[in-house]
Amino acid sequence: MTKKQKKLLIRVIVGCILLAAVFITEKLTEWNNWIYLILYLIPYFITGWDVLYKCIKGILRGDFLDEAFLMTLATIGALIISEYPEAVFVMVFYQIGELFQSLAVERSRKSISALMDIRPDSATVLRDGAEEEVLPEEVVPGDTVIVRPGEKIPVDGEILSGTSALDAKALTGESVPIDVKPGDSVVSGSINMNGILKITAKKTYGESSVAKILSLVENSSFNKAKSENFITKFAKYYTPAVVVGALLLAIIPSIVTGEPKTWIYRALIFLVVSCPCALVISVPLSFFGGIGGASTKGILIKGANFLEAVNNTSTVVFDKTGTLTTGTFKVTEVHPADGFDKDSLLKYASSAEFYSNHPIAISLKEAAASSAAEPQDAKEISGFGIEAIVDGKQVLCGNHKLMDSNNIAFKKLTKGGTVVYTAVDGKYAGAVVIEDTVKPTSAQALKELKELGVSKTVMLTGDRREAAESVNAKLGLSEIHYELLPEDKVAVMDKMCTQKDKKGTVIFVGDGINDAPVLTRADVGIAMGALGSDAAIEAADMVIMDDDPSKIALAIKISKKTRRIVVENVVFALAAKLAVLVLAALGLADMWIGVLADVGVAVLAILNAMRNLKVK
Amino acid sequence: MKKTFRVEDLDCANCARELEEALAAIPGVNKAAVSFMAQKVILDIDESIADTIEKTAVKVAKKEVPECTLVF
Repeated sequence: MTKKQKKLLIRVIVGCILLAAVFITEKLTEWNNWIYLILYLIPYFITGWDVLYKCIKGILRGDFLDEAFLMTLATIGALIISEYPEAVFVMVFYQIGELFQSLAVERSRKSISALMDIRPDSATVLRDGAEEEVLPEEVVPGDTVIVRPGEKIPVDGEILSGTSALDAKALTGESVPIDVKPGDSVVSGSINMNGILKITAKKTYGESSVAKILSLVENSSFNKAKSENFITKFAKYYTPAVVVGALLLAIIPSIVTGEPKTWIYRALIFLVVSCPCALVISVPLSFFGGIGGASTKGILIKGANFLEAVNNTSTVVFDKTGTLTTGTFKVTEVHPADGFDKDSLLKYASSAEFYSNHPIAISLKEAAASSAAEPQDAKEISGFGIEAIVDGKQVLCGNHKLMDSNNIAFKKLTKGGTVVYTAVDGKYAGAVVIEDTVKPTSAQALKELKELGVSKTVMLTGDRREAAESVNAKLGLSEIHYELLPEDKVAVMDKMCTQKDKKGTVIFVGDGINDAPVLTRADVGIAMGALGSDAAIEAADMVIMDDDPSKIALAIKISKKTRRIVVENVVFALAAKLAVLVLAALGLADMWIGVLADVGVAVLAILNAMRNLKVK
Repeated sequence: MKKTFRVEDLDCANCARELEEALAAIPGVNKAAVSFMAQKVILDIDESIADTIEKTAVKVAKKEVPECTLVF
C-alpha cells in the first residue's frame, strides 16, 4: 500500500465511524435540521475533500464531465434534498471503491512488472585491473564484465572465461538451463546460475536483447486493438449522454408529477453511474495482461491489435527451413550395398569428406563419429563430389553424376533429402540420405492449430520439390509451395491475403533471417527463434523467442482467452450500468447501488482481466 | 519519431483517455498513446519540432489532468 492509499484508508475508516455516530445521534435526538447537516458534513469533508478539490479545479478549467465533478454534484444534490446520511454514505462508499480500484491496479502493475523482471540492475566491469560497479548503460563494447551466480547478464557478449548454466526462462519461456563455456555467445537478461563468468561485451545495453525486448513490450500499448478504440469512443459519448439523461429525468417528470424531490434523487443516481472508468480500464488491461502473460512463455507481442487479430486466424503460412524444420542436416538413412555394412559405408564417406566444412560433410562426420579418419589424399571435383584415398583405397563420394561419370553401377534413390553415393575401388558401396530434420514439436503445433479452427496450413520453401514433399509427408499441411525465390514467397503471401475470406487473419511464420518482406506482407508476421536476431524483432509483429512452433498455437489460445475476458468485462460493465439506470429511473435503486455499479464493477473487471496473466 | 515519457500519478483510467485525446490534438503529434497500466505516454511526433512538442505536451498534461506529471 502506498502512502497515498494509507491516508485514504484512514480517512475512509474515520469517515465511516463518524457517519455511524452521527446517524445514531440523529435517531436518538430531535434537534434542528441544520445541526444534523453540519454534523453530517464533518465525515463528508473528511472522506471526500479531495474529490471536492478536484471538482473545483475541474470547474476552473471548464471540465464539467470529470468523475470528481459528477460525484460532487450527486452528493451535494443529495444534501440539498435533505438526504444527508445517503449523501455521506455515497461519498464514503465511492472512496472505498476508489481505494480498492487503486489497490487492484497497483497489484496488477506489480505482477506485470514482475513478469518482465529481466532488466539487469547493475554490471560489474573490470577496468584497469579493478572491479567497478556501473549501470548497464555504462558498459561499452569490449569491456570485460564479471557476472556472479544469481546475477543477470547485463549486455550481449561472448564468454571469455568460466563455465556455467544460464537460466533464460524469462526471455524464452524455456525452463531448461543452457550450459555455456568460453567462446559461447550469451544473451543479456539471462541469469547466471552457478559459475563465475567473465564476458566480453559485444553490444551496448541499448542495443542488447534485453533492452530491445523491454522496449518492445513497453511500447506495445502504442498499437491499440479495435475493441480498445471502440471502448474509448464509447466512453467519450457515454458520460454526456447519461448526464443529459439525468437532466431530463430531473426536470420533465418533476413538472408533470409535481414531486421534484423524488425525481431529482433518481437523477442523482444517474450521475453516480455516469463515469465510464470500469469500461475504459478493463479492455486495455485485459490486453495488457495477455501480452504480459505471453511474454512469460517467450512470446513477445508488439501490440494489442496483433493479439486481437490472431483470435480468428484462418490461415497459417510457414517457412520450411528453420521454422518447421531445425535447419540442421542429419543422416536419416544409410543404405549399404552388398559387401558393405552401415559402419564401413559411413566410415568411407565421412573420411572422404573429412576436410570439407559443408553442412552435408559435417552431418556425415557426426553420424560416423570416431570412425571418420584423415584420408591420405582428397580432391574436390566441383559439382560432383570428392575423390579421396582412404586406407589405401580409392573412394568416390558425391552425387549420382559422380557415379555416372565413373561408370559405376549403382541404384539411384529418389528421396526428399540429399543423397550421397559412395564407391570404393570402383565398386558401389551404398548411399546415405541426409535431411533437414523436422522439429519434434511441429506435428503437435499443426494438430493444435487445427483444433483452434485454423482451416489452412501452408508451407513455403525455396527448397526442391522432393524436400518439401518429404517434410509434408510427416506433417500433412494443407498446401505446399516449393522452389520459390524470395520474391515468389511475397507473391504467394499476397495471394493468400487477398483471397481469404474477409474475417480470417493470415499469419506468416518465419525465422526472420531473409523473410522480412513476407513478414511485413502478412496480416500478422511471426518471427521464430529470434533471440539475438535484431532484424526479426524489427520486422515481425510477434516474436517467438525460442524455436518452438507450438507457441503459435499458444499465442492464439491467449488471444482467444483475452477476447473472452474483454467481452465478459464489457458486457458485465454495461449491463450493470444499464440495470442501475433503469432501476433508478423506476425508483427501485438507492444511490449506493449506483456506486457499486461504478467502482465495484471496475474492481471486478480488473480482477477478471488479471486472470489473463496466468498462461497454462 | 517515437518518443516515450513516463507519467506520474495518473490514477484514473478515464483521465488517461482524456489525456491521450488532448495530446493527440497537439500540432505535430501524429499519434498519441497513453498506457494507464504502464504509466507511459508514447508520442509519434515530427522530429523537426520535437523540442517544442515536448514542452507543449508537458503543459497540456498539466492542464488536462492536473494531478499527473510527464517526466522525460
